[in-house]
Order: sequence, then C-alpha cells, then structure tokens
Amino acid sequence: MDASHAEDVRKHVRIYVSVFVALLTLTVVTVTISYLNLSVVPAIIVALVIASVKGSLVASYFMHLISEKKLIYAALGLAAVFFLALIFLPLLAMSDRIH
Amino acid sequence: MEGNHDHEHHLGFWRKYVFSQDHKVIGIQYGFTSLLFLLFGFTLMMVMRWQLAYPGQPIPIIGSWLGDDRAPQGIMLPEFYNQLGAMHGTIMVFLGIVPLAVGAFGNYVMPLQIGAPDMAFPKLNMMSYWVYFLGGVTMLSSFVMPGGAANSGWTSYPPLSDIATTGQTVWLCGMVFLITSSLLGSINFIVTIVQLRAKGLTFMRLPFFVWAQFVTSFLLLLAFPPLEAAGVLQLMDRLAGSSFFLPSGLVVTGQPLNVSGGGSPLLWQHLFWFLAHPEVYVLILPAMGIVAEIIANNTRKPLWGYKSMVYAAIFLGFMSFIVWAHHMFMTGMGTIISTFFQTTTMIISIPSVIILTALLISLWGGSIRFTTPMLFALAFLPMFGIGGLTGLPLGLSATDIPLHDTYYVIGHFHYVVAPGTIFALFAGIYHWFPKLTGRKMNEVLGRIHFFGSFVCMNAIFMPMFIVGLAGVSRRLWDGGAQYAHAQPVLHWNAFMSMGAWTLGLFQLPFIFNLFWSIWKGKKVEENHWQATTLEWATPTPPPHGNFLTVPEVYRPPYEYSVPGQKRDFIPQNQPMEA
Amino acid sequence: MEIPYTVKARPDTGLVNAKLGVWLFLASEVMLFGALFSSYILLRIGSVEWPHHVLDVPLATINTAVLISSSITMVMSWASLMEKNFGKYRRFMGATILLGLVFLIIKYFEYTHHFAAGEIPSKSTFFAIYFTMTGLHGLHVIGGMIVNSYFWGPGSKMWKTQPERFTNRIEVAGLYWHFVDLVWIFLFPVLYLL
Repeated sequence: MDASHAEDVRKHVRIYVSVFVALLTLTVVTVTISYLNLSVVPAIIVALVIASVKGSLVASYFMHLISEKKLIYAALGLAAVFFLALIFLPLLAMSDRIH
Repeated sequence: MEGNHDHEHHLGFWRKYVFSQDHKVIGIQYGFTSLLFLLFGFTLMMVMRWQLAYPGQPIPIIGSWLGDDRAPQGIMLPEFYNQLGAMHGTIMVFLGIVPLAVGAFGNYVMPLQIGAPDMAFPKLNMMSYWVYFLGGVTMLSSFVMPGGAANSGWTSYPPLSDIATTGQTVWLCGMVFLITSSLLGSINFIVTIVQLRAKGLTFMRLPFFVWAQFVTSFLLLLAFPPLEAAGVLQLMDRLAGSSFFLPSGLVVTGQPLNVSGGGSPLLWQHLFWFLAHPEVYVLILPAMGIVAEIIANNTRKPLWGYKSMVYAAIFLGFMSFIVWAHHMFMTGMGTIISTFFQTTTMIISIPSVIILTALLISLWGGSIRFTTPMLFALAFLPMFGIGGLTGLPLGLSATDIPLHDTYYVIGHFHYVVAPGTIFALFAGIYHWFPKLTGRKMNEVLGRIHFFGSFVCMNAIFMPMFIVGLAGVSRRLWDGGAQYAHAQPVLHWNAFMSMGAWTLGLFQLPFIFNLFWSIWKGKKVEENHWQATTLEWATPTPPPHGNFLTVPEVYRPPYEYSVPGQKRDFIPQNQPMEA
Repeated sequence: MEIPYTVKARPDTGLVNAKLGVWLFLASEVMLFGALFSSYILLRIGSVEWPHHVLDVPLATINTAVLISSSITMVMSWASLMEKNFGKYRRFMGATILLGLVFLIIKYFEYTHHFAAGEIPSKSTFFAIYFTMTGLHGLHVIGGMIVNSYFWGPGSKMWKTQPERFTNRIEVAGLYWHFVDLVWIFLFPVLYLL
C-alpha cells in the first residue's frame, strides 16, 4: 500500500471519530427527549427519526455504504422494500378489519 | 498467494465423498437425500389415502406395525391422520422438493452452466447440506416423540400448534435448521452467479435455468427469515410460556389457559405466509428453468421470448413478496387490504402466463425429439396451466369463500407441484443423467414411468376439484364421510386412492432405472443431447474444478439451428469465426 | 483449484465474493429483525395496556454507548490493518471484544434483575417480546464475539501469509459487527424509550 492510501485512511479515521461523537450525542438527545414524556405519536416519530439518523451514520461511514457498489445498493434496496411491506401490510390488515 | 487453495490430491474417503466441498458431490448428496425424503413423504400420503378411501378399516399389512397409539387394531386414529398430513406436507416441501430443485439441481448444474470452477463459498456449501441433513433427521424424529409427530398442518397455525404435543417443538427446531441451510445456500448461489460467471457470460446470455435459480435464491434469502422469527416466537410460546400467538381468554378442554394472553394467532399467519407464498415460487421457478433447458434442447430452436421470460421471472419474484394475504382472505380483513392483495395476486398471474406462453410458443416450428425428459417437460406445460388457472378463483376473495380450505385448494396446489414441479424434476434427472454418469437411463422404463405417472397424477388430483366444489373440507381424517354434503362425492375418495397407490407402483420402474443405469445404462458420447450450454463442455463426469481450460463465452445460450451452420447447434463457448 | 475474486475484486462488479456475501447475509438479517419489529408493533397495537418505565433506561443507555464504542474500535481495527499496523489492529480488536463482553455483562445483570422480580416472558407479551428481541440480539453479539476472538487469536496468523485476504476478512467481520450495533440503535428506543 502506498503513502496516498495511508493518508486516505487517516482522513477516514477523522470521519470515524466525528461519527462516533455524533452517535454518542444523539444517544444522549434521544434519552433526554424520552424523559419529556411526549404523547405517543410525536414520541415515536422523534425516536425513530433520531434512530434512523444514527443508523444511517453507522451504515454510511462505519460500514462504508456511502461509497459502495451499485450491486450492494440494489440488494439492500430490495430488502428495504420488503422490510417496509413486512412492517406496514400486516399493520394495515390488522387495522382494516371487518367488525 | 491468492485464492482458496485446495490441495485435494490426497483427500481421504471422508473428505472426498462425505464432507466434500465440491459442488457436484454436494449436489448428489442433496439429490439422494431429497429423493429419499420425497419417497418417504409420498409413502405417508399413501397410508393417509387408505383412511380416506376406507375410513375406519384396518390398514392392510402395515396396520399392525403402527402400534396402539397410532392405529389400534390397525385402524388409523384421527390424531395419527393429522400427523401424517402435517408431516407429508412439510417433508414434501421442505425436505423433498426445495432441496432437490435448488440443493441438488442448482448446486450441480448452475456452476457448470456459468463456467465456474465451483461455488463461491465451498465450505459454506458443505455446511448447508449437513445442516439440511440435520434438519431432516430432526423433523423425522418427531414421529417418535410422545404424542407423535407434529400434527397442526404444515402451516402450524396457533393456538393449536402452541399447545400441541412435543412433536411440534421438534418440528420448529427442524425448521430452524432447514431455514438456516436455505439461507446459507441462497447467499452462495447469488454470489456465485454474480461473481463467478465466465468471461463473456453476460447476464442476458445466462441459460434460463440460471436466471430461475438466481431469482429463487433471492426469494429464499429475504422471505425465510420472518418464518425463522415466527418459529422462535412459537418456540417461546411452547417452552417459555409466552403468549405471542395466544389470545386472551383462551379455554382448552374446559379450562382457561394459564398464560398472559394478549397475543395474536393472526401474527403467526402473517409471518408464516410472508415466507410460504414466495416459497411456492421457490417450488416452481427451478422447475420452469429445467423445462426451459429441455424444451430448447429438444426442439432444436432457441427459446421464444427469452428476454420476456427473464423479466417475467424477475417481476414474479418481486411480486411474490406482496401477495401473501390471499391465504388469509377468511380472517376478517377489510375491503381495502383485501382489495390490495387480490390486485397483487391477479397481477402476479401475468408473469407466470408469460413464461408458460413463451415455452409453448417455443414448441412451434421445432424439430421435436420425444425423449423421456422431453415428455415430462411437455406434460409440465398443461399441468402447470391447470394448476395456475385453478388458482385464480382462490385469489379472488369472493370466490375464495366457498373454496377456501376445501379439496379444491389441495387439487390446485398439487397440480402445480406434483405433475408440475415433480415432473420437471424427473425431466431434469433423465436429462442430466448422462452428464453425471456418461450413460443414458433406459428409454422404455422412462416411458412407462412417464405415461403411468401422467395418468395417475390426473386421476388423483382432478377429482379433488369436484370434491372441493361440493364443499368437502381438507384435513378431514375420514375424507368427509360424516358430512351430508359430502355424500354425493364420497366415491371419488377410493378412486383417488387407487390413483395414488398406482402412482406409487409406477415409480418403481423409475427407481430401478435410476440405479440400474448408473452401472448398466447404455454408454453415450460426450454431450449426448447435443446441447449448447456450458455444462456439456466439461469432461464426463466433470473433475474437481470442472473445466480443463478456463471457458470463455461468445454466444447466447440457445444457438440451435442457426442458418448456414454445419451442425444444428453451436455451444456457447465456441469462438466466433475469424 | 482456486476460487476467483476471493481477494481481488471482480472488475465489472467491483466486489470481492465475501463482501457481496456478507451484505446479502445482512439483508436477510434485516428481514429477521424486521419480522420481530413487525411483531412488536402488532402486539402493542393489539394490547389493552402496554407497560412503561419497567426497564432500566440508564443501564441500557450505557450499553448503547458501549456498543457504539465497540463499533468505532472495530472499524479502527480494520483501518489499522489498512495502515499495515498489526499491533494497533490487535489492540483495537481486543477493545472491541472487551466492549462486547461489557455489553453482555450489563445485559446479564438486567436480565437477572427482571427474573428476580418475576418479570419473565410468560408474564406479559411486553416482557415476551423484550426478552426475545434482546435475547436474539444478544445471541448475535455472542456470535460476533466468537468470530472476532478467532480473528484476534488463531485466525490472525493469516496476516503473515495473506495480509490482503486477512484485511478483507476483518472488513467483513466489521460489517457484521456494525450491523449488530445498528439493530441495537433501533431496539433501544423502541423497547426502552417508547
């Protein structure tokens, strides 16, 4: 491996540390907000948004997803679509019922 | 030093034949194991069919072997009938068809067809087989558990399955093993197809068989985990006393159940069918792949509409994830969600029809060779057609009302899977037998096997539509004998049972043929079927590493009867003329 | 007989086999945990009452920080190999394993505290789903630790003979470990905060 590659890695390390700090901060934020006892819907939205941001940071930078190949994006995109189907369709089926 | 070196020059017996990492050995292991399971699952059904034909009569010969807790005085207990039913379905689907279609055919043929030396992860491949084997043994062991085998249907619906006998716990453990095996296998298949294609083998030059295995692997990868999760939840209910699937206020034989309640039986159904619907496409896609190869080869013509077939297969795979609740139309879903699932279900019939139509049109103008594999492949087409068409009223909630959980459903899915998929698998065995052994299977025995099986399959499953339309429910241990509405159609039960037992008899020439031909079959030359795809470009049988020289592909997969050529086929790896 | 693209990427896909393999595996894990999240939602919506303030939020917050820390040490262990610094790799990987152990120990105390109070899976669907989801996650943590320990110990011998292949393996192990962290990032607020 050459010198430019080593410099590359050092740049990445700076990013990793920033992400680490962001993750810890967001953890504190989400726990603090939970003590505010918001009503159900806002609480869910806030918690999930913060979790999604944290998750995206881990995925994009620790897992290098931000610079990954198209095939990986395609496979994950597929999983994302079916994940949403698995979450929302049963929910819809349970709420749209014949009473 | 790069790559995965494998110094196999001095591999002992165990590393070469038992714990082999060679995809061909593993494919053969899957093949024999799954065929044995298919035979066993079929035997269970032949026993069931005695009870359906002659309810309450002692089972001849084997009745006395079954013991008093299964068949006192040789007369089948309803509890035992339920065990047979649940295990027949489970074994056929999970231990028989999928391992044969994917584990055996996929493993053996796919790497050869893409010009690869082996699978991307040979060790993982070996593990997949042994975990499957473990799962199969676990499943079978449920028969000797107190209370017998799993008896809540292959669908294991709670609350019944939650409170059923020990066999159900064993079923769940077996499923966890089988699902793990499938997951590992599907990862291997996808990576192999993407990464190990030979030079020049673009995706649109892949044989349709490979495309079918590719889409199937995605179904296994993404649809199985929810069932694994559901299995864990049901195990928790059974072993840790949780109430994931137990609603509040459940009363069993007069006693309220001592559980926390608050669970949902429908939760199981959603998680189960999320897998089980894509699962049926796992059952059919490899079969379509095999039929496509055999039709192209035996018509001496390229497949008509290859591109459409590929896009249809991809679309089919995608849609299969969002149709599952058509198995749940009778669970009280409202009109909005019901309409959603009916719509997606109707849409998913389109790609199936595209593939079937393309295969049919492929026959037009062909120079058809009626070899045994071709007979099975041809029969697949109308049989799958009947299976598919009879599914349509089931996919619409209004017509599903009288048909749900009747023999009509059993007829529908058996048409697709039995004279559908199993015929395709038979075709594949006859077709690729010369590749493995350098010999042909006997044609006369093959024709007896074919015609006998074809007639019997229809004799068993066609009357089921009649019986189902009369309103006879499935899973009745006496075939409906106690019900007034069943009386006019009861006579079909004995007829269907005769069909089943005769079908069993007609498998004997096949079993004999398979083993006899390994040693005594007529020796044939390399590429006996004069096929274009890469698996025929290896020595017979292919050595470890498959190809003597690294293959390069120059052509599409079905260059048959190209005008101006000397021969009526051009192998994919034949270079273009200078 | 060599399997191509185990170390060098295939030109048209830009991937080595194991990278594609592990992402496919993670896609299946998304579906596995997705099914459990879906179950959680259905059970909670169908419930008459859902317990609040029965789980130890401070302890779980610490555990969240522990796991996040183990994630950065994991990626640092891979970066160290990219810098050809084996010593640094071992220190960071060791830290990752230790942090994983801390996570499990804290979980152990959480669990035993609940068991002592009679809060077990059979008590309510809340505790049933709590134990199942964190339990399955915990099993994944254990699995990751076993893999990481192997790569810290006997598996690290490969660095001497095939450094590039070893580095790839650590990257792949890292992807799995980060995923385990990712699942917890969603599990924590869903189970503990909502």
